[in-house]
Amino acid sequence: MAPLLEVDDLRIHFQTDDGIVKSVDGISFGLERGRTLGIVGESGSGKSVTSLGIMGLHHGTKAKITGYIRLDGEELVNATPGRVRELRGSKMAMIFQDPLSAMHPYYTVGDQIVEAYRIHNKVTKDAARQHAIDLLGRVGIPTPKTRVDDYPHQFSGGMRQRAMIAMALSCDPELLIADEPTTALDVTVQAQILDLISDLQSEFGSAVIIITHDLGVVAELADDILVMYAGRCVEYGSAADIFGRPDHPYTWGLLSSMPRLDREKTTRLVPIPGTPPSLIRVPPGCPFHPRCRYTEVVGGNRCTTEVPPLREAVTSGHAAACHLTADQRTRQWADLSAGKLPEDVKAPDAEEPEAREPV
Amino acid sequence: MIYFIIRRLILTVFLLLLVSAITFAIFFLVPRLAGQTAYQLAAQYVGRNPTPDAIRAVEIKLGLNDPLYLQYGRFIKGIIFGVHYNNGPDVSYCPFPCFGYSFRNQEPVWPQLISDAPVTLSLAIGASVLWLIGGVSIGVLSALRRGSFFDRLSMGIALAGVSLPVFFTGLMALELFSYKWSLFPNVHYVGITSNPVQWARNLVLPWVTLAFLYAALYARLTRAGMLETMGEDYIRTARAKGLPERVVIVKHGLRAALTPIVTIFGLDLGLLLGGAILTESTFSFPGLGQFTILAIQNQDLPEIMGVVMIAAFFIVVANMIVDILYAVVDPRVRF
Repeated sequence: MAPLLEVDDLRIHFQTDDGIVKSVDGISFGLERGRTLGIVGESGSGKSVTSLGIMGLHHGTKAKITGYIRLDGEELVNATPGRVRELRGSKMAMIFQDPLSAMHPYYTVGDQIVEAYRIHNKVTKDAARQHAIDLLGRVGIPTPKTRVDDYPHQFSGGMRQRAMIAMALSCDPELLIADEPTTALDVTVQAQILDLISDLQSEFGSAVIIITHDLGVVAELADDILVMYAGRCVEYGSAADIFGRPDHPYTWGLLSSMPRLDREKTTRLVPIPGTPPSLIRVPPGCPFHPRCRYTEVVGGNRCTTEVPPLREAVTSGHAAACHLTADQRTRQWADLSAGKLPEDVKAPDAEEPEAREPV
Repeated sequence: MIYFIIRRLILTVFLLLLVSAITFAIFFLVPRLAGQTAYQLAAQYVGRNPTPDAIRAVEIKLGLNDPLYLQYGRFIKGIIFGVHYNNGPDVSYCPFPCFGYSFRNQEPVWPQLISDAPVTLSLAIGASVLWLIGGVSIGVLSALRRGSFFDRLSMGIALAGVSLPVFFTGLMALELFSYKWSLFPNVHYVGITSNPVQWARNLVLPWVTLAFLYAALYARLTRAGMLETMGEDYIRTARAKGLPERVVIVKHGLRAALTPIVTIFGLDLGLLLGGAILTESTFSFPGLGQFTILAIQNQDLPEIMGVVMIAAFFIVVANMIVDILYAVVDPRVRF
């Protein structure tokens, strides 16, 4: 069976006065029902633009979208805005980062859920209201019968996010996109919300995309992980692969800049030097090369001139876009895990042959 | 909510008292401090050929020799209950609400205000409906088509509307539509009760002139407000729900953008109800604005006091209504 969501060579470019901003530049992935995909990357790597693109929310802006997005076999990029609008909220729904600003301050929580439900279902107001109360109860709001008439400002941050989730789930969407769902919440509430999302996913059987810069979030929820950098996918694989044996220097950077409880305290955290590149003038070759510690290891000037293709290196289904060979990756990651940087270790003597065929 | 309204009502009464005390002080305390005697004040009531006896009689009748706080108390009492002027042989009753007698014709001020108020009321309310509908819809369209030809044209016209004074646009309108093309000949005020059709027909030019000024302002405000709200996260949420764009714009965008406009609208309308001075003068409409000008020209203190109190009343009440409306419109304000 074809996956629920297929994204193929998606490019989202914005025309600005300074030039073309290539926010998303050739992303491909598939997502099956009941699975969770985590999209990880720094600010400005194109995570949110991708998700808004899938939802068709770039319509009316100056975005230029090419490539294919197929939801349950239906192509969305070239579909009419009206058709995408019908799917929005019913077949695919979205949870946003800051639930306070994402809810309308002038309408009650119940009204906002009812509105989402009634736009796609022909039901009476009373039935929709009952549905809203049920949903609020299901996402863990106590006394939903009375809270349904509260305004968003009367809810706490965590409850607002629960209400947002209730709103997104009102029409049983097959695809749920959560854009940084826990960033605006405090840590204890984060865990509750993540549990809620994963519980509801198993209950509703929908596919979920979690967008975050927090590796802890995807570690908890995601089956597969897509690491984005400068609008491109630099590594894709199962959560076990990404956390267990990551293949891309950028992913290494993300992982080793994060404190971990299972490591000794003496192990130093290694930050990624520099800042994310401008999406108008993306560096030539590998977009990560100006910040990469391993260009020397690759040798020559391949990193600065040649764009590395995304290819499976060691295990199937686990691909990375890097010029490092499989052996080099294994060795470097082992060194890094032990707290050794390439500056500290001698460079390997010679270039080794290419690992495998591109995907 | 009900406590909120009661609190606002009490505050409103205090505000009006304060305004009355300040105006009273300006017109009666300050001249006295500067050396004006009760006799000189009384002389203004008497007319062209004042005899000392007549002046003395007025002085006694109106109690102008009393301490000022007594006079102020009588002034307030007159407004609330009416007052008997019987400090002498000539007893007369000034019924509630009494704002005293005008210098000019010795008539009580209140009936004069009442007879002029409908003119201002017709003018202000008709114009406000026009500018609210016109200004807001132009503002919304401009915001949605930001940078388009329509946006630039309407904002250009709006700039002209804000900049051109009423006595220019009004006279131009009169010249073109009344004299030259005779679309609205012989513009003068006709009471709505005597001839509703003529009333409306004669008010079209003043309405449009006054509304043009305000519509320009409101179009700019609405445009700015819409541009801001349409960029809010909850608009994105509304779209993500799959709502049709029209619902997103009106129910989610405009609703939020209208809140500050409601505030300003109330204040503008309140201000105008106290007299649309320029528009009334331009079209020679005998409303409160004209009354004000005449009162000031004649230095008719009781009339000025009366019109100031009326204007203050409208503004303060409009303010109160706006505050209550605000709580209705924005649930976050309720407490």
